[in-house]
Amino acid sequence: MSGQTMAEKILSHAAGKNVSPGEFIIANVDLVFAHDGTALLAIDVMKEELKREKIFDKNKVVFIIDHAAPSPAVGMSIVHKTMRAFAKKHGIRIYDVGNGICHQILPENGHIKPGMVVIGADSHTVTHGAFGAFATGVGSTDAAIAMVTGKIWLRVPETLKIVVDGEKKPWIMGKDIILHIIGSLGSDGANYMAVEFHGKVIKELSIDSRMTLTNMVVEMGAKAGLIPVDEKTIEWLKPRVSGELKKIVPDSDTKYYETLHYDITDLEPQVAVPPNVDNVKSISEVEGLEIDQVFIGSCTNGRFEDFYIAAKILKGKRIAPNVRCIAIPASKRVYGEILKSGIANILLEAGCVIGPPTCGPCVGAHMGILGPGEIAVSTSNRNFPGRMGDRTSKVYLVSPATAAASAVKGKLSDPRDFF
Amino acid sequence: MLEMVIRGRVWKFGDNVNTDNIIPGRYKFKTQNLNELVQYVLIDLNPEFAKKVKKGDIIVAGRNFGYGSSREHAPRLLKLAGVGAVVAKSFARIFFRNAINIGLPVIIAPEVYDKTDEGDIMEVNLEKGIIKNLSKNLTFKFKPYPREIMKIVLEGGVIEYYRKHGVFPWEESTK
Repeated sequence: MSGQTMAEKILSHAAGKNVSPGEFIIANVDLVFAHDGTALLAIDVMKEELKREKIFDKNKVVFIIDHAAPSPAVGMSIVHKTMRAFAKKHGIRIYDVGNGICHQILPENGHIKPGMVVIGADSHTVTHGAFGAFATGVGSTDAAIAMVTGKIWLRVPETLKIVVDGEKKPWIMGKDIILHIIGSLGSDGANYMAVEFHGKVIKELSIDSRMTLTNMVVEMGAKAGLIPVDEKTIEWLKPRVSGELKKIVPDSDTKYYETLHYDITDLEPQVAVPPNVDNVKSISEVEGLEIDQVFIGSCTNGRFEDFYIAAKILKGKRIAPNVRCIAIPASKRVYGEILKSGIANILLEAGCVIGPPTCGPCVGAHMGILGPGEIAVSTSNRNFPGRMGDRTSKVYLVSPATAAASAVKGKLSDPRDFF
Repeated sequence: MLEMVIRGRVWKFGDNVNTDNIIPGRYKFKTQNLNELVQYVLIDLNPEFAKKVKKGDIIVAGRNFGYGSSREHAPRLLKLAGVGAVVAKSFARIFFRNAINIGLPVIIAPEVYDKTDEGDIMEVNLEKGIIKNLSKNLTFKFKPYPREIMKIVLEGGVIEYYRKHGVFPWEESTK
């Protein structure tokens, strides 16, 4: 028998037997979470449809108010009220308005460990695979069932191995790498699969960048995205979590569904052009497009490294007069870090507006909704028509470096001019 | 129980119909009341859809239907609007799973799309795995669901299953 991939190892442990791709299993769940876009429906399913009263383990269920936070509408205030009351009644942890985005605050606050099975009622739950967890997004019914039973049925995914090598240039960020991969594989190129990232470049990437990589695997349909646990992972997690940290890596003799190699030495900054995330072009093919708004933030690119790079480009410069630039840190902690380091001041002096930690305009909820025909350059993860506002508005997805360069020039621009 | 034979008019949509198309964030993040949101279902792709869809109507779509967010509101709103089934070349993973859970039949049948027009009358037999385009007198076969999924589909979703049996489909085997 050949060895196991990371996903197979974690799921074997969670199912209490050796599992193989294609098999249907019942897995024990280590963490279930939902946010203000999905928790209300999960609560309704639990109370009204399943008529179940009890949470399986109050230490393993977390709510986060992040999508429309603080509330921009009475309807959402009702959602938030219901979540708070439920959390209080059941004694579960709730991260209220101002804490930040679920995928940033869960690892920051010690909820994520290598080897865990993490079930989130959010498609970008795959982010947590950056820490060697099997993390996957589900709907509210699956979340509700996991909340009451502590279990989930899963089909064990095949694993696609992606090896990224080459010399990473300073203007190339995790975002460019994952957009390039999505562009080559397509929006369903990894449908139902687990993606495992390997190679020299992955080892060199910061935790912030690794999270950008795993965050976006769902944009090519993947069920999970995993990065082998190394010293960097352990060093990042150690001050945040208690207990043993498992060094989850694949076995050396593992067979993969397929292995793909990428060399990013000559990669240009990448842009995902509407209407789909897999419509990826090099910056030189699309630069010069007139824009109205720049958004730097989201669970994809709202971390310290993202603002650090943006500030390097924005320092001593002004945002172009035809553009508004909205910067939103992904968590309270990131907000504190950009304040302390002086980055916030650089952004403000350049003319950015800094919002409180939240998903912001990414989901079209608030804080920068686009009007008819408006064009945004955004560091978020989806460029579907109307995603960020009016149905005729457009979103171009880029790295924070490309976003900052575009903000200065007032049009979609190549960040290499600033390095 | 789910109707095993679904019959209705066809509404056609293309590739990569995403969950923001099905229910845009600009509505979903004002309220999460499904009865209020149902008037906006698929509004950006076809503004007439929510007004004109009738119970049992069938969506025929291209590749990767349900791409994007995990919002279960998407399949729930389609079902609430009256959609009897979605027949597509392929589905995005989370949408497929959500639809199975809530009892919206989702059928992978790649050859249907190119041979079907909007407004055709279609009949889907879930148990037999047969789709009939009655307007064009065409018959298509589709691969039945895996056993574990079929069990859920036949009861009309995982919640209906639980209501009827008092256990989840995967719990029964331990009894």
